[in-house]
Amino acid sequence: MLKNRIIPCLDVKNGRVVKGINFVDLKDAGDPVEQAKIYSDGGADEICFLDITASNENRDTIYNVVEKTSKKCFVPLTVGGGVRSIEDINKLLNCGADKVSINTAAVENPKVVAESSKKFGSQCIVVAIDAKKNGDKWEVFTHGGRNNSSIDALEYAEQMEKNGAGELLVTSMDRDGTQVGYDIDLMSKISSKVNIPVIASGGVGNLDHLVDGIKLGKASAVLAASIFHYGKHSVKEAKDYLDSKGIPVRI
Amino acid sequence: MNVTIVDYKSGNISSVINSFKEVAKDKVNIEVTSDLNKIQSSDKVVLPGQGSFKNCIDALNKINGLTNALNEFAINKKKPVLGICVGLQMFADISYEETKTSGLGWISGNVSKINNQEGKYKLPHIGWNQIEIVKDSKIFKDIENKSHMYFVHSYEFIPKDKNVISATTEYSSNIVCSVEKENIFGTQFHPEKSDKLGLKIIDNFLKL
Repeated sequence: MLKNRIIPCLDVKNGRVVKGINFVDLKDAGDPVEQAKIYSDGGADEICFLDITASNENRDTIYNVVEKTSKKCFVPLTVGGGVRSIEDINKLLNCGADKVSINTAAVENPKVVAESSKKFGSQCIVVAIDAKKNGDKWEVFTHGGRNNSSIDALEYAEQMEKNGAGELLVTSMDRDGTQVGYDIDLMSKISSKVNIPVIASGGVGNLDHLVDGIKLGKASAVLAASIFHYGKHSVKEAKDYLDSKGIPVRI
Repeated sequence: MNVTIVDYKSGNISSVINSFKEVAKDKVNIEVTSDLNKIQSSDKVVLPGQGSFKNCIDALNKINGLTNALNEFAINKKKPVLGICVGLQMFADISYEETKTSGLGWISGNVSKINNQEGKYKLPHIGWNQIEIVKDSKIFKDIENKSHMYFVHSYEFIPKDKNVISATTEYSSNIVCSVEKENIFGTQFHPEKSDKLGLKIIDNFLKL
């Protein structure tokens, strides 16, 4: 039986983890490689890096991080943030990323998704959708949530599936950072609309939220950042909890 | 010992390289190449594969003499080969992904799209699934039945001779996820991404 996945996400800026796990035995708390290793040793089903480096001159730091991580972690590694072109995707894959998530570029130029999935295979192309509720629909935002494209998120999700995306990483902008739980309505609507796996993101504050994301949101995988930071919950705790609620997980 | 990971310029093989180097340490020499002489003189060959079947086969055929060299290695010399994901699928006679495409024909059978029961199951089949070991395979030494492995695929290999099947996995149907035919081994899942147990499978292959 296929298991639901738990994916811890690390924000990386200029090659350093911005928020992270605060363990006493960490030699370097800002080192993404060490943090990723702790997650994968703890049973994370995949690891996600979100590169939030703002300046162009430090953009290359992520390649170095990915290269080092992929030599230590032997679970799938997804990298997103600032991915603009086929060349960016190629570079990340060559450094050892297994999947690349594309956000703004997919909205501005949907051909990037079609071309990259044809070139590298759908299995490594994740389209990240940042959606914000407006009335009875959701709109897709770009540039880290700063720009409203006014595109309907449900229609966009369907279009991205057609373009060859292998998975959708759906983040509710209304919930992101609030710790009140996923936008279940958004997750379940998108998941019902498309036939590719949906990864739920944005708003996790406790372990019940992960359960809701899968049971009610119909997500195949749940991504979370802050509940794993500073040791609030370990990945193992999360998995044991999901297991106790009857959700199939890899233990 | 020399083990060659065949780099035929298709898809992303960094993770395969990293995992084999991690397991091999200094004991086994891992070459990543499409050089025909190096392939012929190596002790084992790994055939990775990502993306579409057609892209992979086209890329193999683009390198002059490569399929012949692989045939010589696997069929005539009967040296150990491990195919991973589309690498395994390429053992088949024919795939129906995109368009009808001939494979290497090492293990008789076809590759076709997973029946997802009219949308009841998501495709690709992505994530960790348990393998049901149905045959004692050398690459499963010390691997417990129902171990979790990492999958990502939409197509499945259906071999004619069911005796070659060494493991299956349960999704929308029972999917063949590992084969062993004499010196030819293949996994539909990704041992290189399946954490410690995946590395153990790689270790088993290196120790054959």
